[in-house]
Amino acid sequence: MKIAVCVKQVPDSWAEKTMAGGVLDRAGVDAVLNDLDEYAVEEALRIVEAHGGNGEGGAHSIAIVSMGPERATDAARKALSMGADSAVIVSDLALAGSDALATSKVLAAVIASGGFDLVLCGTESTDARMSVVPAMIAQRLGWASLTFAGATDVNPDEKSVTITRDTEVGLEKITAKFPAVISVVEKINEPRYPSFKGIMAAKKKPMQLRDLASVGLSASDVGSDGAWSAVEDAYARPLRSVGIKVVDEGNAGNELVNFLVERKLI
Amino acid sequence: MSEVFVLVQFADGKVSSTTLELVTYGARAGSVTALVLATPGTGAALASQLTTGPITKVVIVESADFSTFGVSATADVLGQMVLSQNPSALLISSSAFGKEVAGCVAVITDSGIITDAVDLASDLQATQIVFGGSTTVHSRVSHGCSIITLRPNSVTPELSPSTPSVEISQIVVNESAKLAQTLSIEPAVKGGRPDLTAANAIVSGGRGTGGDFSPVEEFADVLGAAVGASRAATDAGWYPHSLQVGQTGKTVSPQLYVACGISGAIQHRAGMQTSKTIVVINKDPEAPIFDIADFGVVGDLFAVLPQASQGVRARKSS
Ligand SMILES: Cc1cc2nc3c(=O)[nH]c(=O)nc-3n(C[C@H](O)[C@H](O)[C@H](O)COP(=O)(O)OP(=O)(O)OC[C@H]3O[C@@H](n4cnc5c(N)ncnc54)[C@H](O)[C@@H]3O)c2cc1C
Ligand SMILES: Nc1ncnc2c1ncn2[C@@H]1O[C@H](COP(=O)(O)O)[C@@H](O)[C@H]1O
Repeated sequence: MKIAVCVKQVPDSWAEKTMAGGVLDRAGVDAVLNDLDEYAVEEALRIVEAHGGNGEGGAHSIAIVSMGPERATDAARKALSMGADSAVIVSDLALAGSDALATSKVLAAVIASGGFDLVLCGTESTDARMSVVPAMIAQRLGWASLTFAGATDVNPDEKSVTITRDTEVGLEKITAKFPAVISVVEKINEPRYPSFKGIMAAKKKPMQLRDLASVGLSASDVGSDGAWSAVEDAYARPLRSVGIKVVDEGNAGNELVNFLVERKLI
Repeated sequence: MSEVFVLVQFADGKVSSTTLELVTYGARAGSVTALVLATPGTGAALASQLTTGPITKVVIVESADFSTFGVSATADVLGQMVLSQNPSALLISSSAFGKEVAGCVAVITDSGIITDAVDLASDLQATQIVFGGSTTVHSRVSHGCSIITLRPNSVTPELSPSTPSVEISQIVVNESAKLAQTLSIEPAVKGGRPDLTAANAIVSGGRGTGGDFSPVEEFADVLGAAVGASRAATDAGWYPHSLQVGQTGKTVSPQLYVACGISGAIQHRAGMQTSKTIVVINKDPEAPIFDIADFGVVGDLFAVLPQASQGVRARKSS
């Protein structure tokens, strides 16, 4: 099996975020591997490990695919140190201001030429929070889309995958033939910490930085020029007014009810 | 007047209240066409419920593929409709399902998409609240159909009686949308409480419940609220994952959110901090959840909640 895992470098979710010129100001905050994507890397590793493994002597391979500024190599490197085999990072000045449509276009272009059986994604980037990129990638490639997986069951001989997911309709089982795009929720596994050996090995693993032209796209397809939606203005919201805080001395439940009545909530 | 498509949402054979919110937004921007995508034999009954609007037209598409091929089948049909009818906008509720459908329709029709909007103006400018509630953003789709998903509970439906024309469309789902097949669904046990994402009020419990959700449920029931949970509570198996609120659970923004025994980790706040009024009950005065509370009680939820439930009951009966 050839598996691709899409990972994104995001601003640390603890950092305070601000806007600069209608987009997130990324320069001012620390960047990390989107934590939800670690589950996707882990799941890819578990899938191949259940069927003979990857790396030297293994029958399978895992490639990391990322789009972002050059420093996105850090996030990709972390995924390599967990055990993935290689990485492609599409980085180009023209990508600044890309929306989900453009992001999925770039990722799909890289994936389309890679001969992959499966693509794994996280369910959400902690900065964009749209949860649409995996479904968009599948739609662009014309592949099956299996999202929000809480468990995967891959059968390489039959070239099929079945996922289980827990949504508002209930517990669903969904199946598809390769090639397929799968997004995973954080319940699915516990991502491993990179070992020292893994970190050292990752330094020697192939990492390709590619520009837009090399994936067959041009500047007008992506970035602010190719974005089909535009921010017109953005402003800081007034801070939540400081609330009332009471210490329970036996009557706080009643005070709470009074508050709800004042607010016309009951 | 331009036409606005609204994807009708339904649960258990009923049109959802969220649909009426979408219709309210849609009517600001054009004449509303409500799209009922249903399994065979169920479309007419659903369409007949659409009598409050303003809804100008109802279009029914029936296919067994909607339940078998979920998002892809739905997006495929919506894509075909948008391409042939050129509506100015397509409005969908901001659920996980709704956002994915919207994303796929955006790809199919090469249109712009805005997700998680909390308001929509007559000129289709959308309002979003981002970065954990700290920033308001106005944006607009600049190409194709404006595909916009709207958060439930963001507008009070403005209703007027309507007698829409009803049309049955013969569109069929393309084979290319039949790749991922649903094998089985074990329905979620609902227990009679309102749906989490659409609820007006939510009472949530966390690790502080120690697994005993009875005071949380009791308070929810006197308020007619939904019950939610933090990840610590769903991880421990105390409550189903489908009721988890937060970054990897549901994003909610009810009129009232009551957090009980929840510390307020950033991942939890990401799912609830745009709630209109936030009430907190927590033993630890330093818990970060107090930072966003409109009314915070430093106390034991096992003492405060029963008293509050009793208080609400007393008020209702008087
Ligand atoms: C990738 C990722 C995704 C995540 N997604 C989510 C998510 O979607 N939703 C989510 O909620 N979390 C999520 N988390 C987990 C999150 O970081 C926290 O671990 C979790 O929210 C903590 O839950 P809690 O507040 O119930 O528990 P704790 O942090 O343990 O807090 C329990 C609180 O209960 C109080 N307490 C104890 N006893 C009582 C009592 N008798 N009365 C009153 N108060 C009491 C304590 O003072 C404490 O503040 C995620 C984490 C990661 C890494
Ligand atoms: N720039 C990117 N590079 C690589 N993967 C991405 C990128 N953006 C989104 N993804 C993938 O898509 C998932 C959902 O992201 P989003 O739709 O932005 O919430 C993420 O968890 C990643 O797996």
